Order: sequence, then structure tokens, then C-alpha cells
Amino acid sequence: MQAVLDINALDVRYGPVRAVRRIDLVVPKAGITALLGANGAGKTSTVMAIAGVVPSAAGRISIFGQDMTRAAPDAIVRAGLAISPEGRRIFASLTVEENLILAGSAAGNAETAAERRAALMQRFPILGERRRQLAGLLSGGEQQMLAVARALMSEPQLLLMDEPSLGLAPQMVDRIFGIIEELKAEGISILLVEQNATLALEVADHAVVLANGSVAASGAPSDLMGDDILKSAYLAA
Amino acid sequence: MELLLQQIVNALSLGGIYAMLALGLAIVFSIVRLINFAHGELMTFGGYGIFLSMTFGFPPFAALVIGIGAALFMALAMERVTFRAMRGADVVSLLIASFAVSEILKVLFQNGISARPVPISFPSSWSGSYQIAGMTIGVVPTASILVTFASLGTLTFVLRRTAMGMAMRAAAEDFEMLRMLGVKANRVVAVSFAISGILAGIAAVIWTAQRGSVDPLMGFFPVLKAFISTVLGGLGSLGGAVLGGFVVGALEVLTQAFLPDRLAPYRDAIVLSAVIAALLIRPDGLLPAKTGARS
Ligand SMILES: Nc1ncnc2c1ncn2[C@@H]1O[C@H](COP(=O)(O)OP(=O)(O)OP(=O)(O)O)[C@@H](O)[C@H]1O
Ligand SMILES: [Mg+2]
Repeated sequence: MQAVLDINALDVRYGPVRAVRRIDLVVPKAGITALLGANGAGKTSTVMAIAGVVPSAAGRISIFGQDMTRAAPDAIVRAGLAISPEGRRIFASLTVEENLILAGSAAGNAETAAERRAALMQRFPILGERRRQLAGLLSGGEQQMLAVARALMSEPQLLLMDEPSLGLAPQMVDRIFGIIEELKAEGISILLVEQNATLALEVADHAVVLANGSVAASGAPSDLMGDDILKSAYLAA
Repeated sequence: MELLLQQIVNALSLGGIYAMLALGLAIVFSIVRLINFAHGELMTFGGYGIFLSMTFGFPPFAALVIGIGAALFMALAMERVTFRAMRGADVVSLLIASFAVSEILKVLFQNGISARPVPISFPSSWSGSYQIAGMTIGVVPTASILVTFASLGTLTFVLRRTAMGMAMRAAAEDFEMLRMLGVKANRVVAVSFAISGILAGIAAVIWTAQRGSVDPLMGFFPVLKAFISTVLGGLGSLGGAVLGGFVVGALEVLTQAFLPDRLAPYRDAIVLSAVIAALLIRPDGLLPAKTGARS
């Protein structure tokens, strides 16, 4: 199977802290890859390095077969990668619609961007209803929808999702996971970071477990489910 | 009555200069976290732009436009040459770098042109005045106020209604996120510097039109007041910077006009005490920057 993301011996450092140590990670085309691990395992650091906003200290990141290790974030977005980041990070003092407009700058021309915006507001009706409202006034679940919709504005082939279910009510978690499966069905490849390992393994085609910045295990979800390595990776924090 | 109206005009025109300078500082700070100590030299450079173009025979209005262009050019040059390479550095390193830029430019002005004030002679009609309901008001202060409000209005429009303005508001909130959406960082930063340069240039125009001379420290003292204004208004808040500028300008004019001569040497101390008192009551400033979302 062809890989949309291929990470080789990646290191991420914050001064003396080695957050990610020589990890290898492959995301195959048109599937969901779960990236699991305890708090501080290095999941977000990995994701931010892929998005190009945290520098990699060593290693190689190749996206759609192109070397993107030192590429600027805008080049990475134009190559077809988008992110729904940890903590959602919607622009609270801008309106819902403005949040989407900003994400459309990668669309090329204004007409395409407007069409995509309209389509996304149909897909997420709550965003359409609240388009003129400040995004900071949305509920947590609605903000997560906006974060996903914003990522979809660039029509990505590869979507990074960092803890999309964090802090949401069970009903909203179901809704978000429903969306994740829809996106997969549309052929978008997804790298899904989750604290909720059980839920992530249910939708994933492939899983990687990080512990203390290194890969502790990887394989098919059915093999990892109930695996001791997964348990110990979560307890070892 | 006439005195009061004149003082209101003075307060608005001085406050307007502080407001524009403070706004320039706040826009750059909100996006790159740089407290630009060299902001005053943008204004001074604009002043020398006016002086030199008049010396080379340009008509006064053209010279004013050239002055604004000079400040704009210098702002972009500063960003490109010094601050772009330091993107993401901590606030203190950036502040120290801007000190260095400020000192270098001051020395260049002193040695390249003159350490002393050089006169700019605008047409005598500019120093005239007109009558409203029997009260005498200066032409230049009135024009200053109009220019200030037109500039602030235009900037508000740009920030609220244009795509670039939207990107700048988003950058102030979370620049990294904006970059992850594919927006080019350099462009947003360059535009923020450009806006701060244009505002400093307009301040230079008003300042020189009122005072008729330029010296190497021309921008230094007003920018000091503008720093105080940004802190008073709330660091990082654009509305706060403008409000702070007008408040500091008004305090200065009022103390100058109504303080007994005996207390005149304490004018700045009195203004600063008022600012400190305001900050004791509202530590985040008069109009604090909006922060964060509902979590
Ligand atoms: N900006 C930073 N500066 C210094 N250290 C950091 C920074 N960001 C993360 N770290 C450290 O790097 C390590 C990995 O953090 P990271 O956020 O990647 O973990 P994570 O797996 O996403 O955790 P969580 O599940 O809590 O989100 C941690 O030890 C963390 O303290
Ligand atoms: Mg994380």
C-alpha cells in the first residue's frame, strides 16, 4: 500500500527535553492510523513537526512522497495536509465564518473558497446557523466541528487530528467519530491522536503506540486491543 | 470658553499623535511580540524625509507624502534586516535588538545630518488660524485632528473588513495556528510593520507641521509617551492603545494649561502618577486585550 506520510527516525527537542526520539511512522493511503500514548508521550510534538511549526532536530518527514522535513507550513498545506490541532485553537474573537474564510486562503481563488465554505456550512448546519457569531461563544463540541471544518477548507488528502474528543460530552464524541468515519469513506487519510484508546482502536486500520517519545508498539488494532504494551504505555507516564 | 476649546483642540491633536504611535507599537507587538524600541526612529526618519525632500525642492505636500513613504520604507527595512531573522525569539532578545537598531539610527542621524534641530519652513499660510463663533482656532491643529481620525478610521476598516485585516486579527490571537492554515507568515508580519511605519510617518508629518523642525531625538520622546499609552490602554490591545494615547495627550495638555507655574516642573511626574494610579485600579489597562476562548 502507498504511504501518504512516511516518517523516518524523527527527533523533536525543546532545549534539553527530547520529546520525540527516533520514531518511524507510516500512514497508508485512505485509512485511519491511530497514534496512541500517555500524557507527555510525544504525540502532539510529532503532529506539530509534521505540520511544520515545530522544527525536527533529526530525521526525515516525507508527505505524498515528497521530502517536507524543513518545508514551511504553508507549503505543507498546499501539498494537501491539514490539521485539527490539540485544544481546537479556533480564533475566538473572529466569527465562525471568518474562521473558515481564513482557512480558504490556500484554496487559490475566492470563488472556490466561497463554494467550499457553503458546502461545509451545509455539512455542519450548526456552523451555518452561527456563522456571524464569535467562534469563542460556541460550545466545546461546536468549536471542535469548526476546527474540523476549518481543516477541510483546503480539501486535504491527509488530515491530522489531535485529540478531537477531548473534554466533549459522550454524544458529541459519537458525532465526532461519525465524522471521522465519513471522512475516511471519502478517501481522506487520517492520523488520529487519541487519549481514548478503546474508541480510537475501534475506527483505526492501523495503530502506533508511543511511550516516552519512542515507538513502543505498532500493528493492527485487533492485535493491540488488550495488549500489555498498550496498557503499560499508558501506565508508564 | 475660547481657552477651553483651544485646549480641547490641542489635547486631541497631541493625543492623536500618541494614539497613532501607540497603535503602531501595539499592532507589531500583538503579532510578533516585539516591543519595538526603534519605533521612534521611524518617526524621526519620516521627519528627515520631509526635511530632505523640501531641501531638494519638492513642494510641501509632496514632501509630506515622501516623509510618510520614508517611514514606511524604514519600517519594512527594519523587519527584513533585523527582526525577520529573529522570528520566534523571546521578548527580551527582541527588545534588546530593537534598542540596538534605535541607537544605530540615532547615531546615523546625528553624524549624517546634524545633532541639532534642522528647520523646515512650511508655507506661512499653514501657521494661520480661523474663527468659529468668535473663537480662534489654528489651521494645523485642526488638520492634524482630521488626519488622525481619517487614519484611525481607515485602519479600523482595514482590520475589520479586509482579508488581510482578518488575518492580522487572527495572527494576534494565535499566529502559529494561522500558519497551520496555510497563511504565509512573512506577508502578515510585513504588513503589520508597514502599517506601523505609515502611522509613524503620519505622526512625523503632524509633529513637524506643528513644530517646524527635525532633530535626531524627534521621535524618541513622543514614542516614550506612546509606550506609556499602550501600557495604560492594555498591552496588546489596539483599542486600548488609541484610548491610552488620547488620555495621555489630554493629561499633558491639561496639566500644561491649568497647572500653576510653581508646579510646572512636575508636569510629567503628575501625568505619570495619574497613569500609575489608573493601573493600580485596572492592572490590565483601560481596555485589556481580549484573550482566549471558552474552553
Ligand atoms: N513547547 C514545549 N517546550 C518544552 N517542552 C515541551 C513543549 N511541548 C511539549 N514539551 C514536552 O515534550 C514532551 C512531549 O509532549 P507532547 O505534548 O508532545 O505529548 P503528548 O503525547 O501530546 O501529551 P498529551 O497527551 O498530554 O497531549 C513532554 O514531556 C512535554 O512536557
Ligand atoms: Mg498532546
